[in-house]
Amino acid sequence: MGEPLIIDKGRTGRRGVLMPACDVPRTSVQEALPGVALRGRLPLPEVSELDTIRHFTRLSQRNHAIDLGFYPLGSCTMKYNPRANERAARLPGFAGIHPMQPAASVQGALQLLFDLQSWLAEISGMDAATVQPAAGAHGELLSLMMVHDYHRQRGDMQRDVVLIPDSAHGTNPASAARCGLRVQPVPSGPDGLTDMAALNRALSDRTAALMLTNPNTLGLFETNIGEICDLVHGAGGLVYCDGANMNALLGVARPGDMGFDVMHFNLHKTFSTPHGGGGPGCGAIGVKAMLEPFLPVPVVTCIDGVYALDVDRPHSVGQVHSFYGAFLIAVRAYNYIRSLGPDGLREVAEYAVLNANYVRSRLRSAFDIPHDRTCMHEVVLSAARQKSRNGVRAMDISKRLMDYGFHPPTNYFPLIVPEALMIEPTESESKETLDAFCDAMLEIARDCEATPDIVRSAPHGTVVSRLDETAAVKRLDVRWETKSG
Amino acid sequence: MSYTPHTDADRAAMLAAVGVGSVTELFEPIDPALRLNRPLNVPAALDEASLAREMAALAGRNASSSTHVSFLGAGIYDHFSPAVVDAIISRGEFLTSYTPYQPEMSQGMLQAVYEYQSLVCALTGMELANASMYDAATAIAEAALMAVEATGRKTVVVSPLLHPHYLRVLATYVRTAGYTLVCTAESDLRTSLVDPATREALSGAACLVLQSPNFMGIIEDLPEAIRCARDSGALSVVSVDPVSLGLLAPPGDFGADVVVGEGQGLGLAQGFGGPLLGFFACRLEHQRRFPGRIVGATVDSEGRRGYTMTLRTREQDIRRERATSNICTNEALCALAASVHLCAIGPQGLREMADLCFQKAHYAHRMLCAIPGIRPASLSPFFDEFALLLPDGADVVDLIDTLLNDGVIAGLALAPYRPDLPTGLLIAVTENRTRQDIDQLASAVAEYLTGRGPTHG
Amino acid sequence: MENPTGLLYARTHEWVSLIGDIATIGITDHAQCELGDIVFLELPAVGKALGSGEMLGTVESVKAVSDLYSPVAGVVIEINTDAASATEVVNTDPYGAGWLVRVKLDADGVPADLLDASAYTMLVEESAH
Repeated sequence: MGEPLIIDKGRTGRRGVLMPACDVPRTSVQEALPGVALRGRLPLPEVSELDTIRHFTRLSQRNHAIDLGFYPLGSCTMKYNPRANERAARLPGFAGIHPMQPAASVQGALQLLFDLQSWLAEISGMDAATVQPAAGAHGELLSLMMVHDYHRQRGDMQRDVVLIPDSAHGTNPASAARCGLRVQPVPSGPDGLTDMAALNRALSDRTAALMLTNPNTLGLFETNIGEICDLVHGAGGLVYCDGANMNALLGVARPGDMGFDVMHFNLHKTFSTPHGGGGPGCGAIGVKAMLEPFLPVPVVTCIDGVYALDVDRPHSVGQVHSFYGAFLIAVRAYNYIRSLGPDGLREVAEYAVLNANYVRSRLRSAFDIPHDRTCMHEVVLSAARQKSRNGVRAMDISKRLMDYGFHPPTNYFPLIVPEALMIEPTESESKETLDAFCDAMLEIARDCEATPDIVRSAPHGTVVSRLDETAAVKRLDVRWETKSG
Repeated sequence: MSYTPHTDADRAAMLAAVGVGSVTELFEPIDPALRLNRPLNVPAALDEASLAREMAALAGRNASSSTHVSFLGAGIYDHFSPAVVDAIISRGEFLTSYTPYQPEMSQGMLQAVYEYQSLVCALTGMELANASMYDAATAIAEAALMAVEATGRKTVVVSPLLHPHYLRVLATYVRTAGYTLVCTAESDLRTSLVDPATREALSGAACLVLQSPNFMGIIEDLPEAIRCARDSGALSVVSVDPVSLGLLAPPGDFGADVVVGEGQGLGLAQGFGGPLLGFFACRLEHQRRFPGRIVGATVDSEGRRGYTMTLRTREQDIRRERATSNICTNEALCALAASVHLCAIGPQGLREMADLCFQKAHYAHRMLCAIPGIRPASLSPFFDEFALLLPDGADVVDLIDTLLNDGVIAGLALAPYRPDLPTGLLIAVTENRTRQDIDQLASAVAEYLTGRGPTHG
Repeated sequence: MENPTGLLYARTHEWVSLIGDIATIGITDHAQCELGDIVFLELPAVGKALGSGEMLGTVESVKAVSDLYSPVAGVVIEINTDAASATEVVNTDPYGAGWLVRVKLDADGVPADLLDASAYTMLVEESAH
């Protein structure tokens, strides 16, 4: 049973929230705005307030969420989003402040930003941080801008190549291209880690940076990371850490100590801020001292206990967000870090890694695991066995998991694993939940052998079955049409 | 505390299943020399109640819309957000869901995004809208980059009356991509396109970018600007205040190529400038090159209507370095808030809201310009924001600080952005301001100028 | 679907049919199968000169983008605009109505290393293992 569009629930003349009456003497619009064209049609829904509440509440019930059940998307870190963070972000002293107020009137906000940035630097082993980027990809872009300017400022004008592993998230090469940099892929070796010989061959005096995710997108720690960073530095390049997988490292190891020069965080992954169905996020970045002059303006400073916003930064790359980034997301991350403390942060990594390895131990008999050794916070299975023996693909297994009430893992990523299923349980999940998930996966594996059709035709229990994606493109329908008048 | 549920028995059973004696063994792939051998140097954990007290204290050190009456605009506005908005976006089913890559389990969010796209198209008069961008600044920047792709021209022409931060962001993106940015002229704080240098630049430009109302609150001549761009073979990129579209005709009516803007005024908190909501709408002809996600309607295997992300091959996970943008996570929950807001107030509500902003701003303008020594910075038409010039020598920063102590955030001092307007003050008046608020502002400013301030006219 | 014997094949899964100095190019059945439902074709402009092995456009399905490479060297004289607006024909009839581009061959425009039908069929079978 579908849910009608809100535009179709309206009736002419129906209203929701009323505006206050005008309490000032009126000015003639025509006189004040001569020659300015005024609004004609405004085809918005005309619904009552109850209609609005009912419509969106009903939509919410057609949606899976962490609050409802297990959501093991690899590299997304779908951990519990603490409600205490939500309460903090709604404090009027945070939600009701304007970014361009005099600094003296927002000292609490500036202190929060300053402290959060110091803690992010400490957690990552970097020297400075900024929360200005609004998402991980935004942080990647900013970082590459800074790296590029860094090289050019030193007279290194020819460094225009970024080395990116073939297992990298798609935003890595896309961000590099946005910067006008050329992408050179670096293959992974048979052990799933960076192929050192290939890396060596790829390095040149045109290398601006190597972008690495560590642990990588197979959930494996790059054991040669020290050597990798030395090699890249030796060739004159910098090393960038895609910090999407920081959940495995909190309090255990720090990218800065491994030799990385710059990294981005996903506060909406590692630091529990909610995903919101696709944002808002915050892609804070951390940098070593040599990149600090290139940070975007404004920079939050603290001098003698007084916080300020500094725009006098002659080497800054510029600005990448209207203001200081997603401040209310930063508030949530700040609250989270203060809730956990150093011990809690470390526990996150410990349980994230334990949970992923537990899932691996329970599923390895039924599914191929291309690199079946100790993983970190996520494990990558391959449905290659099911595909060749039973004609069942990773996508089919994912759809069948929905019938058990679980959100599927990430599909078909990383690209280097055929029929990939990337499972990241996170530290939030209990043993019972993991067991229920693994039991479901094992049952599906058995069904692949015995009754593959039920898997291939899944899902059976959701509000819609598989959608015609081809028609979605060929008969493009991306907005409702309204009758004129 | 770490929000983890494991009991000692759980730990033991799981370690046994994995086949290790302790969790530390699982970190064996990490070279011991690289491991942190001390606790992180962050504050010790606080229980929820104690932390809540600390956060309240920290928040309490900020002057906010709860403690002060604000006339500060400049891109972020103190509009009223009805209770229904927060009620819906706090629902865990929306708040804690992920990007809807698995449509069968995400029809709620997908339909919500489709409705948001439709609302943006209805507001802006455009044919296609994406699922959101980070903010107006990056929406403008991405529109400019798209225009370069569309036309093959590498110059971006922009009005100097864009919000200065938007201008800085655009400049950053354009420089990074290796393109050229040229500013148009201005006259009476309104974009001027008549001078030969501007015309010359436009003839080789990928796009003309302007904002209406502009940073000074002035309504630009959009039909003329769009026509000018088109005649030069350039795309028109217009950034608008969505609330103003309750009173003013949308750029789509004049044939704009791309309409973007800041959606914060549609029910989002000011939030010290974030998270924000960049909306992005364009003509259908750009459907293969526009940035960001988009949701489309289709049918399932039973013929039932459903929603799914579509036109995916433009995106980074498929096209990688040839993607139309690197954007992945956007502002989905903020877009939902804006949708709820627009549905809650409806077309009549938006018209009235825009009318109230207009009326109160024009009333405030009259009251303030009646004060001896104060004159408008421009005679051009404005919506709900305007720039005033205080008497020569007046210390606008001191005025703002003085009024702050009396519970009023008077506006934005323009001198740092416009050295040619050293006594400039930018004031916004939303529907959230009462006549009393405005009268009190006017008398406070008058009082300051006639006696209290260290310098006065 | 059998790979027709009258055609030559590139390792990048395009086929070419040669009649006099006119070459017709399309994608193979294996390629259309791997791609899934094709939704968009990006084809070169008429008059464009191509070298053998040079990228001439893209074929897109819902979830993938595949670059098209010209098996031969020559100048584009015709593109299949019918297929561009009804892309499903590339899936249903890749060797017939799903042709993509016609090229007027350069002298020596046909490289020696194109595969015949049986060599191509073997190539596809080998890559499946």
